[in-house]
Amino acid sequence: MLNMFEVIETNNMIEHEKLDVRTITMGISLLDCCDSSLSALNEKIYNKITSYAKDLVATGEEIAMDFGVPIVNKRISVTPIALVGSSCCQTPEDFVTIAETLDRAAKEVGVNFIGGYSALVSKGMTPAEENLIRSIPQALAKTERVCSSINVGSTRTGLNMDAVRLMGDIVKQTAEATKEQDSLGCAKLVVFCNAPDDNPFMAGAFHGVTEADAIINVGVSGPGVVKVALEKARGENFEVLCETIKKTAFKITRVGQLVAQEASRRLGVPFGIIDLSLAPTPAVGDSVAEILQEIGLERVGAPGTTAALAMLNDQVKKGGVMASSYVGGLSGAFIPVSEDQGMIDAVNAGALTLEKLEAMTCVCSVGLDMIAIPGSTTPETIAGIIADEAAIGMINQKTTAVRVIPVIGKTVGDTVEFGGLLGYAPVMPVNEFSCAQFVNRGGRIPAPIHSFKN
Amino acid sequence: MDKIIITVLGKDTVGIIAKVCTYLAEKGVNIEDISQTIVQDYFNMMMIADISRSSCSFAQIVTDLDALGEEIGVRIKCQKEEIFTKMHRI
Repeated sequence: MLNMFEVIETNNMIEHEKLDVRTITMGISLLDCCDSSLSALNEKIYNKITSYAKDLVATGEEIAMDFGVPIVNKRISVTPIALVGSSCCQTPEDFVTIAETLDRAAKEVGVNFIGGYSALVSKGMTPAEENLIRSIPQALAKTERVCSSINVGSTRTGLNMDAVRLMGDIVKQTAEATKEQDSLGCAKLVVFCNAPDDNPFMAGAFHGVTEADAIINVGVSGPGVVKVALEKARGENFEVLCETIKKTAFKITRVGQLVAQEASRRLGVPFGIIDLSLAPTPAVGDSVAEILQEIGLERVGAPGTTAALAMLNDQVKKGGVMASSYVGGLSGAFIPVSEDQGMIDAVNAGALTLEKLEAMTCVCSVGLDMIAIPGSTTPETIAGIIADEAAIGMINQKTTAVRVIPVIGKTVGDTVEFGGLLGYAPVMPVNEFSCAQFVNRGGRIPAPIHSFKN
Repeated sequence: MDKIIITVLGKDTVGIIAKVCTYLAEKGVNIEDISQTIVQDYFNMMMIADISRSSCSFAQIVTDLDALGEEIGVRIKCQKEEIFTKMHRI
Protein backbone atom coordinates (compact mmCIF):
# COMPACT_ATOMS: atom_id res chain seq x y z
CA MET A 1 0.00 0.00 0.00
CA LEU A 2 1.12 3.55 -0.70
CA ASN A 3 2.81 5.37 2.12
CA MET A 4 2.63 8.99 3.09
CA PHE A 5 6.20 9.69 2.08
CA GLU A 6 5.51 8.64 -1.49
CA VAL A 7 2.35 10.69 -1.73
CA ILE A 8 4.07 13.78 -0.33
CA GLU A 9 7.01 13.32 -2.71
CA THR A 10 4.71 13.25 -5.76
CA ASN A 11 2.68 16.22 -4.61
CA ASN A 12 5.81 18.22 -3.82
CA MET A 13 6.98 17.60 -7.38
CA ILE A 14 3.71 18.97 -8.69
CA GLU A 15 3.26 21.87 -6.31
CA HIS A 16 6.79 23.08 -5.68
CA GLU A 17 8.97 21.67 -8.44
CA LYS A 18 6.71 22.41 -11.41
CA LEU A 19 6.15 18.83 -12.54
CA ASP A 20 3.63 18.88 -15.32
CA VAL A 21 2.69 17.17 -18.52
CA ARG A 22 3.75 19.69 -21.11
CA THR A 23 1.48 18.60 -23.92
CA ILE A 24 -1.05 16.10 -25.12
CA THR A 25 -0.81 16.30 -28.88
CA MET A 26 -3.32 14.59 -31.12
CA GLY A 27 -1.91 13.68 -34.49
CA ILE A 28 -4.51 13.65 -37.24
CA SER A 29 -3.96 12.42 -40.78
CA LEU A 30 -5.40 14.73 -43.42
CA LEU A 31 -4.44 12.52 -46.37
CA ASP A 32 -8.06 11.50 -46.91
CA CYS A 33 -9.05 15.19 -47.22
CA CYS A 34 -7.24 15.61 -50.56
CA ASP A 35 -9.48 17.11 -53.22
CA SER A 36 -9.11 18.82 -56.57
CA SER A 37 -11.21 21.72 -55.30
CA LEU A 38 -9.53 24.06 -52.84
CA SER A 39 -12.75 25.01 -51.07
CA ALA A 40 -13.78 21.37 -50.72
CA LEU A 41 -10.32 20.56 -49.32
CA ASN A 42 -10.57 23.35 -46.76
CA GLU A 43 -14.00 22.20 -45.70
CA LYS A 44 -12.90 18.58 -45.31
CA ILE A 45 -9.86 19.63 -43.26
CA TYR A 46 -11.96 21.79 -40.95
CA ASN A 47 -14.56 19.06 -40.48
CA LYS A 48 -12.05 16.31 -39.80
CA ILE A 49 -10.04 18.28 -37.24
CA THR A 50 -13.06 19.64 -35.41
CA SER A 51 -14.71 16.23 -35.20
CA TYR A 52 -11.62 14.20 -34.19
CA ALA A 53 -10.37 16.75 -31.66
CA LYS A 54 -13.66 18.05 -30.31
CA ASP A 55 -13.14 16.43 -26.90
CA LEU A 56 -9.36 16.84 -26.70
CA VAL A 57 -9.24 19.90 -24.46
CA ALA A 58 -12.05 18.76 -22.15
CA THR A 59 -10.48 15.33 -21.79
CA GLY A 60 -7.11 16.87 -20.99
CA GLU A 61 -8.69 18.99 -18.27
CA GLU A 62 -10.56 16.00 -16.88
CA ILE A 63 -7.36 13.95 -16.63
CA ALA A 64 -5.55 16.86 -15.02
CA MET A 65 -8.24 17.02 -12.33
CA ASP A 66 -8.34 13.27 -11.74
CA PHE A 67 -4.63 13.02 -11.01
CA GLY A 68 -4.00 16.52 -9.72
CA VAL A 69 -1.25 17.12 -12.27
CA PRO A 70 -1.33 20.10 -14.65
CA ILE A 71 -1.52 19.35 -18.36
CA VAL A 72 -0.24 22.62 -19.75
CA ASN A 73 -1.02 22.33 -23.45
CA LYS A 74 -3.47 20.47 -25.62
CA ARG A 75 -2.40 20.55 -29.24
CA ILE A 76 -2.91 19.08 -32.69
CA SER A 77 -0.47 17.99 -35.37
CA VAL A 78 -1.54 17.23 -38.92
CA THR A 79 -0.12 15.66 -42.06
CA PRO A 80 2.39 17.97 -43.78
CA ILE A 81 0.15 20.41 -45.62
CA ALA A 82 2.41 20.45 -48.70
CA LEU A 83 1.21 16.88 -49.36
CA VAL A 84 -2.42 17.50 -48.50
CA GLY A 85 -2.64 20.66 -50.59
CA SER A 86 -0.67 19.43 -53.61
CA SER A 87 -3.80 18.25 -55.41
CA CYS A 88 -5.32 21.72 -55.70
CA CYS A 89 -2.98 24.48 -54.53
CA GLN A 90 -1.44 26.26 -57.52
CA THR A 91 0.01 29.28 -55.71
CA PRO A 92 1.39 30.24 -52.30
CA GLU A 93 -1.87 32.15 -51.70
CA ASP A 94 -3.85 28.92 -52.13
CA PHE A 95 -1.81 27.38 -49.32
CA VAL A 96 -2.45 30.40 -47.09
CA THR A 97 -6.18 29.57 -47.19
CA ILE A 98 -5.35 26.17 -45.66
CA ALA A 99 -3.34 27.87 -42.92
CA GLU A 100 -6.40 29.99 -42.15
CA THR A 101 -8.58 26.89 -42.04
CA LEU A 102 -6.16 25.23 -39.60
CA ASP A 103 -6.23 28.34 -37.43
CA ARG A 104 -10.04 28.38 -37.40
CA ALA A 105 -10.18 24.70 -36.53
CA ALA A 106 -7.64 25.18 -33.71
CA LYS A 107 -9.71 28.00 -32.25
CA GLU A 108 -12.91 26.01 -32.56
CA VAL A 109 -11.57 23.06 -30.54
CA GLY A 110 -9.60 25.31 -28.15
CA VAL A 111 -6.04 24.11 -28.72
CA ASN A 112 -3.31 26.73 -28.45
CA PHE A 113 -1.19 25.49 -31.36
CA ILE A 114 -1.68 23.36 -34.44
CA GLY A 115 1.43 22.03 -36.18
CA GLY A 116 1.94 20.59 -39.62
CA TYR A 117 2.06 23.54 -41.95
CA SER A 118 5.04 21.65 -43.21
CA ALA A 119 7.00 20.30 -46.12
CA LEU A 120 9.50 17.45 -46.10
CA VAL A 121 12.06 18.37 -48.71
CA SER A 122 15.23 16.67 -47.52
CA LYS A 123 16.20 15.66 -51.05
CA GLY A 124 14.09 17.72 -53.42
CA MET A 125 11.06 20.01 -53.64
CA THR A 126 7.90 19.46 -55.66
CA PRO A 127 6.23 22.61 -57.02
CA ALA A 128 3.58 22.28 -54.28
CA GLU A 129 6.24 22.05 -51.58
CA GLU A 130 7.99 25.12 -52.92
CA ASN A 131 4.68 26.98 -52.98
CA LEU A 132 3.99 26.02 -49.39
CA ILE A 133 7.42 27.19 -48.31
CA ARG A 134 6.95 30.49 -50.15
CA SER A 135 3.58 30.94 -48.44
CA ILE A 136 5.00 30.64 -44.91
CA PRO A 137 5.60 34.37 -44.23
CA GLN A 138 2.00 35.25 -45.11
CA ALA A 139 0.56 32.13 -43.48
CA LEU A 140 2.27 32.82 -40.16
CA ALA A 141 1.44 36.53 -40.27
CA LYS A 142 -2.24 35.89 -40.95
CA THR A 143 -2.74 33.16 -38.36
CA GLU A 144 -2.22 32.94 -34.62
CA ARG A 145 -1.97 29.28 -33.78
CA VAL A 146 -0.49 27.63 -36.87
CA CYS A 147 3.06 26.31 -36.62
CA SER A 148 5.26 25.51 -39.55
CA SER A 149 8.22 23.19 -39.99
CA ILE A 150 10.40 22.31 -42.95
CA ASN A 151 12.70 19.30 -43.10
CA VAL A 152 15.69 20.23 -45.26
CA GLY A 153 17.92 17.22 -44.79
CA SER A 154 18.45 13.78 -43.34
CA THR A 155 21.22 11.27 -42.72
CA ARG A 156 19.80 9.11 -45.52
CA THR A 157 19.44 11.82 -48.14
CA GLY A 158 22.00 14.48 -47.33
CA LEU A 159 21.13 18.18 -47.29
CA ASN A 160 18.90 19.93 -49.79
CA MET A 161 20.94 23.12 -50.03
CA ASP A 162 18.41 24.76 -52.35
CA ALA A 163 15.86 24.42 -49.57
CA VAL A 164 18.38 25.58 -46.96
CA ARG A 165 19.07 28.71 -49.00
CA LEU A 166 15.37 29.31 -49.59
CA MET A 167 14.66 28.98 -45.87
CA GLY A 168 17.21 31.72 -45.20
CA ASP A 169 14.96 34.03 -47.21
CA ILE A 170 11.74 32.65 -45.72
CA VAL A 171 12.88 33.13 -42.12
CA LYS A 172 13.82 36.72 -42.93
CA GLN A 173 10.55 37.39 -44.77
CA THR A 174 8.56 35.88 -41.91
CA ALA A 175 10.37 38.22 -39.53
CA GLU A 176 9.46 41.17 -41.79
CA ALA A 177 5.85 40.07 -42.11
CA THR A 178 5.46 39.99 -38.33
CA LYS A 179 7.75 42.86 -37.38
CA GLU A 180 4.97 44.65 -35.47
CA GLN A 181 5.08 41.79 -32.96
CA ASP A 182 8.88 41.54 -32.60
CA SER A 183 9.00 39.12 -35.55
CA LEU A 184 6.94 36.59 -33.61
CA GLY A 185 6.18 34.60 -36.77
CA CYS A 186 9.69 33.11 -36.62
CA ALA A 187 8.91 31.59 -33.21
CA LYS A 188 6.37 29.42 -35.04
CA LEU A 189 8.77 28.24 -37.73
CA VAL A 190 11.34 25.44 -37.39
CA VAL A 191 13.83 24.17 -39.94
CA PHE A 192 14.74 20.53 -39.30
CA CYS A 193 17.21 17.87 -40.26
CA ASN A 194 16.02 14.31 -39.53
CA ALA A 195 12.58 15.53 -38.36
CA PRO A 196 10.65 12.84 -36.45
CA ASP A 197 7.12 11.88 -37.56
CA ASP A 198 5.70 11.74 -34.05
CA ASN A 199 7.03 14.80 -32.23
CA PRO A 200 4.38 16.26 -29.88
CA PHE A 201 6.26 19.52 -29.21
CA MET A 202 5.69 22.77 -31.08
CA ALA A 203 6.62 24.44 -33.26
CA GLY A 204 7.96 21.34 -34.98
CA ALA A 205 5.10 18.89 -34.56
CA PHE A 206 3.57 17.29 -37.63
CA HIS A 207 1.76 14.01 -38.20
CA GLY A 208 4.03 11.97 -40.44
CA VAL A 209 2.77 9.86 -43.32
CA THR A 210 4.03 6.75 -41.53
CA GLU A 211 1.46 7.33 -38.77
CA ALA A 212 -2.06 6.00 -38.24
CA ASP A 213 -5.24 7.99 -38.92
CA ALA A 214 -5.09 9.55 -35.46
CA ILE A 215 -2.72 9.13 -32.54
CA ILE A 216 -2.03 10.54 -29.09
CA ASN A 217 1.52 11.64 -28.32
CA VAL A 218 2.53 13.09 -24.97
CA GLY A 219 5.42 15.33 -24.00
CA VAL A 220 6.49 15.25 -20.37
CA SER A 221 8.50 17.87 -18.58
CA GLY A 222 10.03 18.45 -15.20
CA PRO A 223 13.41 20.20 -15.20
CA GLY A 224 12.52 21.55 -11.76
CA VAL A 225 12.11 18.05 -10.36
CA VAL A 226 15.53 16.98 -11.65
CA LYS A 227 17.09 20.15 -10.24
CA VAL A 228 15.66 19.60 -6.75
CA ALA A 229 16.68 15.92 -6.78
CA LEU A 230 20.22 16.93 -7.68
CA GLU A 231 20.38 19.41 -4.80
CA LYS A 232 20.46 16.33 -2.57
CA ALA A 233 23.40 14.92 -4.53
CA ARG A 234 25.70 17.94 -4.16
CA GLY A 235 29.36 16.95 -3.94
CA GLU A 236 28.66 13.33 -4.85
CA ASN A 237 30.48 11.57 -7.68
CA PHE A 238 29.16 10.95 -11.19
CA GLU A 239 27.77 7.53 -10.34
CA VAL A 240 25.46 8.99 -7.69
CA LEU A 241 24.66 11.95 -9.93
CA CYS A 242 23.66 9.75 -12.86
CA GLU A 243 21.61 7.38 -10.73
CA THR A 244 19.71 10.33 -9.26
CA ILE A 245 18.88 11.70 -12.72
CA LYS A 246 17.76 8.30 -13.98
CA LYS A 247 15.47 7.63 -11.02
CA THR A 248 13.93 11.08 -11.30
CA ALA A 249 13.43 10.77 -15.06
CA PHE A 250 11.72 7.43 -14.47
CA LYS A 251 9.23 8.98 -12.07
CA ILE A 252 8.50 11.95 -14.32
CA THR A 253 7.97 9.73 -17.34
CA ARG A 254 5.60 7.44 -15.47
CA VAL A 255 3.25 10.37 -15.04
CA GLY A 256 3.42 11.01 -18.77
CA GLN A 257 2.73 7.36 -19.50
CA LEU A 258 -0.31 7.39 -17.23
CA VAL A 259 -1.68 10.55 -18.83
CA ALA A 260 -1.03 9.21 -22.33
CA GLN A 261 -2.79 5.93 -21.65
CA GLU A 262 -5.75 7.68 -20.06
CA ALA A 263 -6.05 10.19 -22.89
CA SER A 264 -5.84 7.40 -25.43
CA ARG A 265 -8.52 5.36 -23.65
CA ARG A 266 -10.92 8.24 -23.06
CA LEU A 267 -10.60 9.67 -26.57
CA GLY A 268 -10.64 6.28 -28.27
CA VAL A 269 -7.45 7.16 -30.15
CA PRO A 270 -4.36 4.89 -30.09
CA PHE A 271 -1.39 5.87 -27.93
CA GLY A 272 1.66 6.75 -30.02
CA ILE A 273 4.68 7.74 -27.99
CA ILE A 274 5.98 9.59 -24.97
CA ASP A 275 8.53 12.24 -25.76
CA LEU A 276 11.11 12.19 -22.96
CA SER A 277 12.33 15.72 -23.43
CA LEU A 278 13.14 17.96 -20.48
CA ALA A 279 11.22 21.04 -21.56
CA PRO A 280 11.87 24.29 -19.69
CA THR A 281 9.59 27.31 -19.34
CA PRO A 282 10.50 30.89 -18.51
CA ALA A 283 9.35 30.33 -14.90
CA VAL A 284 12.05 30.29 -12.24
CA GLY A 285 12.73 26.71 -11.14
CA ASP A 286 11.68 25.21 -14.48
CA SER A 287 14.99 25.51 -16.23
CA VAL A 288 17.43 23.11 -17.89
CA ALA A 289 20.18 25.69 -17.37
CA GLU A 290 19.60 25.54 -13.62
CA ILE A 291 20.14 21.75 -13.72
CA LEU A 292 23.47 22.27 -15.46
CA GLN A 293 24.42 24.82 -12.81
CA GLU A 294 23.40 22.39 -10.08
CA ILE A 295 25.65 19.79 -11.72
CA GLY A 296 28.56 22.18 -11.16
CA LEU A 297 28.78 24.93 -13.77
CA GLU A 298 28.94 28.54 -12.64
CA ARG A 299 26.97 29.48 -15.77
CA VAL A 300 25.76 27.60 -18.80
CA GLY A 301 28.33 28.14 -21.51
CA ALA A 302 31.32 27.60 -19.23
CA PRO A 303 33.80 24.88 -20.29
CA GLY A 304 32.25 21.56 -19.32
CA THR A 305 28.78 22.58 -20.46
CA THR A 306 28.67 20.21 -23.43
CA ALA A 307 29.84 17.26 -21.33
CA ALA A 308 27.35 18.03 -18.55
CA LEU A 309 24.51 18.30 -21.05
CA ALA A 310 25.51 15.08 -22.82
CA MET A 311 25.46 13.25 -19.51
CA LEU A 312 22.15 14.78 -18.44
CA ASN A 313 20.46 13.97 -21.74
CA ASP A 314 21.66 10.38 -21.73
CA GLN A 315 20.57 9.71 -18.16
CA VAL A 316 17.14 11.21 -18.79
CA LYS A 317 16.68 8.76 -21.67
CA LYS A 318 17.98 5.80 -19.68
CA GLY A 319 15.58 6.52 -16.85
CA GLY A 320 12.66 7.36 -19.09
CA VAL A 321 12.83 4.49 -21.53
CA MET A 322 11.84 1.89 -18.96
CA ALA A 323 8.99 4.03 -17.69
CA SER A 324 7.13 4.09 -20.98
CA SER A 325 5.97 1.42 -23.37
CA TYR A 326 6.76 3.56 -26.43
CA VAL A 327 9.29 6.36 -26.55
CA GLY A 328 9.75 8.62 -29.56
CA GLY A 329 9.54 12.18 -30.79
CA LEU A 330 12.54 14.33 -29.98
CA SER A 331 13.40 12.84 -26.57
CA GLY A 332 16.24 14.94 -25.21
CA ALA A 333 16.86 18.07 -23.18
CA PHE A 334 15.62 21.25 -24.85
CA ILE A 335 17.85 24.29 -24.67
CA PRO A 336 15.70 27.15 -25.97
CA VAL A 337 17.13 30.49 -24.95
CA SER A 338 13.98 32.59 -24.55
CA GLU A 339 12.04 29.86 -22.76
CA ASP A 340 14.61 29.21 -20.04
CA GLN A 341 15.47 31.83 -17.42
CA GLY A 342 18.87 30.28 -16.71
CA MET A 343 19.81 30.45 -20.39
CA ILE A 344 18.71 34.07 -20.61
CA ASP A 345 20.82 34.91 -17.54
CA ALA A 346 23.81 33.12 -19.06
CA VAL A 347 23.51 35.13 -22.28
CA ASN A 348 23.16 38.38 -20.35
CA ALA A 349 26.22 37.52 -18.25
CA GLY A 350 28.27 36.93 -21.41
CA ALA A 351 28.74 33.25 -20.62
CA LEU A 352 26.78 31.78 -23.51
CA THR A 353 27.34 32.41 -27.21
CA LEU A 354 25.68 31.16 -30.38
CA GLU A 355 28.74 29.02 -31.11
CA LYS A 356 28.59 27.32 -27.71
CA LEU A 357 24.88 26.70 -28.19
CA GLU A 358 25.71 25.05 -31.51
CA ALA A 359 28.20 22.77 -29.78
CA MET A 360 25.58 21.88 -27.18
CA THR A 361 23.14 20.83 -29.90
CA CYS A 362 25.57 18.07 -30.92
CA VAL A 363 24.70 16.17 -27.75
CA CYS A 364 21.07 16.99 -27.07
CA SER A 365 17.93 17.80 -28.91
CA VAL A 366 16.96 19.81 -30.61
CA GLY A 367 18.95 22.63 -31.98
CA LEU A 368 19.34 26.38 -32.00
CA ASP A 369 16.01 27.14 -30.44
CA MET A 370 14.24 30.43 -29.75
CA ILE A 371 17.32 32.54 -30.28
CA ALA A 372 16.84 36.21 -31.09
CA ILE A 373 19.43 37.56 -33.53
CA PRO A 374 19.86 41.06 -34.99
CA GLY A 375 17.23 42.05 -37.56
CA SER A 376 20.03 43.04 -39.90
CA THR A 377 21.26 39.43 -40.22
CA THR A 378 21.27 38.54 -43.92
CA PRO A 379 19.24 35.66 -45.40
CA GLU A 380 22.53 34.08 -46.52
CA THR A 381 23.86 34.08 -42.96
CA ILE A 382 20.61 32.56 -41.68
CA ALA A 383 20.95 29.89 -44.38
CA GLY A 384 24.51 29.30 -43.20
CA ILE A 385 23.32 28.85 -39.61
CA ILE A 386 20.68 26.38 -40.85
CA ALA A 387 23.28 24.51 -42.94
CA ASP A 388 25.64 24.16 -39.96
CA GLU A 389 22.92 22.84 -37.71
CA ALA A 390 21.56 20.48 -40.35
CA ALA A 391 25.06 19.14 -40.97
CA ILE A 392 25.37 18.28 -37.28
CA GLY A 393 22.11 16.33 -37.50
CA MET A 394 23.02 14.61 -40.77
CA ILE A 395 26.45 13.44 -39.66
CA ASN A 396 25.40 12.44 -36.13
CA GLN A 397 22.18 10.70 -37.19
CA LYS A 398 20.11 12.84 -34.89
CA THR A 399 17.39 15.44 -35.13
CA THR A 400 18.57 19.03 -35.22
CA ALA A 401 16.64 22.19 -35.87
CA VAL A 402 16.88 25.93 -36.16
CA ARG A 403 14.34 28.35 -34.77
CA VAL A 404 16.03 31.73 -34.84
CA ILE A 405 14.25 35.05 -34.79
CA PRO A 406 15.92 37.89 -36.70
CA VAL A 407 14.09 40.65 -34.88
CA ILE A 408 13.45 43.46 -37.32
CA GLY A 409 14.56 46.81 -35.91
CA LYS A 410 16.49 45.32 -33.01
CA THR A 411 20.13 44.62 -32.44
CA VAL A 412 22.57 43.22 -29.90
CA GLY A 413 21.81 44.68 -26.46
CA ASP A 414 18.05 44.83 -27.08
CA THR A 415 15.54 42.48 -25.50
CA VAL A 416 12.60 40.89 -27.24
CA GLU A 417 9.35 40.03 -25.49
CA PHE A 418 7.33 37.14 -26.98
CA GLY A 419 5.06 36.54 -24.01
CA GLY A 420 3.66 33.41 -22.39
CA LEU A 421 5.52 30.14 -22.80
CA LEU A 422 7.67 31.69 -25.53
CA GLY A 423 9.29 34.02 -22.98
CA TYR A 424 11.72 36.81 -23.73
CA ALA A 425 15.22 36.92 -25.11
CA PRO A 426 18.26 39.13 -25.37
CA VAL A 427 19.35 39.63 -29.00
CA MET A 428 22.55 37.61 -29.50
CA PRO A 429 25.43 38.57 -31.77
CA VAL A 430 25.99 36.56 -34.96
CA ASN A 431 29.36 36.09 -36.68
CA GLU A 432 29.28 38.71 -39.42
CA PHE A 433 31.68 37.15 -41.90
CA SER A 434 29.87 36.12 -45.06
CA CYS A 435 28.97 32.59 -46.23
CA ALA A 436 27.04 33.86 -49.27
CA GLN A 437 29.18 32.13 -51.89
CA PHE A 438 28.86 28.84 -50.07
CA VAL A 439 25.08 28.81 -49.59
CA ASN A 440 24.40 30.20 -53.07
CA ARG A 441 26.07 27.28 -54.88
CA GLY A 442 22.78 25.42 -55.28
CA GLY A 443 22.08 21.68 -55.33
CA ARG A 444 22.55 19.10 -52.63
CA ILE A 445 25.18 17.99 -50.15
CA PRO A 446 25.34 14.20 -50.70
CA ALA A 447 24.37 11.72 -48.00
CA PRO A 448 27.24 10.90 -45.63
CA ILE A 449 29.21 7.66 -46.05
CA HIS A 450 27.80 6.04 -42.91
CA SER A 451 24.26 6.27 -44.29
CA PHE A 452 25.05 3.43 -46.71
CA LYS A 453 24.27 0.58 -44.40
CA ASN A 454 22.68 -1.90 -46.80
CA MET B 1 -12.56 -0.58 -6.83
CA ASP B 2 -12.10 3.13 -7.43
CA LYS B 3 -9.46 4.43 -5.06
CA ILE B 4 -8.60 7.99 -4.32
CA ILE B 5 -5.93 9.61 -2.19
CA ILE B 6 -6.97 12.54 -0.03
CA THR B 7 -4.23 14.70 1.44
CA VAL B 8 -4.75 17.43 3.98
CA LEU B 9 -2.12 20.01 4.77
CA GLY B 10 -2.32 23.02 7.04
CA LYS B 11 -2.16 24.48 10.55
CA ASP B 12 -3.26 21.96 13.17
CA THR B 13 -6.69 22.72 14.67
CA VAL B 14 -9.37 20.74 16.48
CA GLY B 15 -11.57 18.47 14.40
CA ILE B 16 -9.88 18.36 11.00
CA ILE B 17 -10.15 14.59 10.68
CA ALA B 18 -13.68 14.61 12.08
CA LYS B 19 -14.93 17.10 9.53
CA VAL B 20 -13.34 15.33 6.57
CA CYS B 21 -14.54 11.94 7.76
CA THR B 22 -18.07 13.20 8.37
CA TYR B 23 -18.24 14.51 4.82
CA LEU B 24 -16.91 11.25 3.39
CA ALA B 25 -19.34 9.16 5.44
CA GLU B 26 -22.27 11.27 4.23
CA LYS B 27 -21.26 10.65 0.64
CA GLY B 28 -20.73 6.92 1.06
CA VAL B 29 -16.96 7.05 0.63
CA ASN B 30 -15.22 4.21 2.44
CA ILE B 31 -11.94 5.08 4.18
CA GLU B 32 -9.41 2.26 3.95
CA ASP B 33 -6.35 3.77 5.54
CA ILE B 34 -5.41 6.95 7.37
CA SER B 35 -1.98 8.17 8.35
CA GLN B 36 -1.08 11.51 9.81
CA THR B 37 1.79 13.41 11.32
CA ILE B 38 2.29 16.86 12.73
CA VAL B 39 5.51 18.55 11.70
CA GLN B 40 6.20 21.92 13.35
CA ASP B 41 2.51 22.56 14.02
CA TYR B 42 1.64 21.62 10.47
CA PHE B 43 -0.93 18.94 10.06
CA ASN B 44 -0.21 16.34 7.36
CA MET B 45 -2.78 13.68 6.67
CA MET B 46 -3.21 11.10 3.96
CA MET B 47 -6.27 8.93 3.41
CA ILE B 48 -6.81 6.10 1.00
CA ALA B 49 -10.50 5.85 0.21
CA ASP B 50 -12.80 3.92 -2.08
CA ILE B 51 -15.44 5.91 -3.98
CA SER B 52 -16.94 3.04 -5.97
CA ARG B 53 -20.10 3.05 -3.83
CA SER B 54 -20.31 6.76 -3.32
CA SER B 55 -23.40 8.74 -4.22
CA CYS B 56 -21.16 11.49 -5.57
CA SER B 57 -18.98 11.81 -8.65
CA PHE B 58 -15.23 12.19 -8.24
CA ALA B 59 -15.42 15.74 -9.57
CA GLN B 60 -18.06 16.64 -6.97
CA ILE B 61 -15.92 15.22 -4.15
CA VAL B 62 -12.92 17.25 -5.35
CA THR B 63 -14.96 20.45 -5.37
CA ASP B 64 -16.64 19.79 -2.02
CA LEU B 65 -13.40 18.88 -0.25
CA ASP B 66 -11.72 21.94 -1.68
CA ALA B 67 -14.51 24.10 -0.24
CA LEU B 68 -14.40 22.25 3.08
CA GLY B 69 -10.64 22.84 3.27
CA GLU B 70 -11.20 26.53 2.76
CA GLU B 71 -13.75 26.54 5.56
CA ILE B 72 -11.41 24.81 8.04
CA GLY B 73 -8.34 26.71 6.86
CA VAL B 74 -6.39 23.79 5.46
CA ARG B 75 -5.59 22.56 1.96
CA ILE B 76 -7.41 19.39 0.93
CA LYS B 77 -6.35 17.68 -2.24
CA CYS B 78 -8.03 14.72 -3.83
CA GLN B 79 -6.42 12.61 -6.55
CA LYS B 80 -6.99 9.23 -8.14
CA GLU B 81 -4.56 6.65 -6.80
CA GLU B 82 -2.92 5.74 -10.10
CA ILE B 83 -0.63 8.76 -10.27
CA PHE B 84 1.10 7.56 -7.09
CA THR B 85 1.17 3.85 -7.87
CA LYS B 86 2.44 4.51 -11.39
CA MET B 87 5.23 6.70 -10.09
CA HIS B 88 6.34 4.62 -7.12
CA ARG B 89 5.66 1.02 -8.19
CA ILE B 90 7.15 -0.80 -11.14
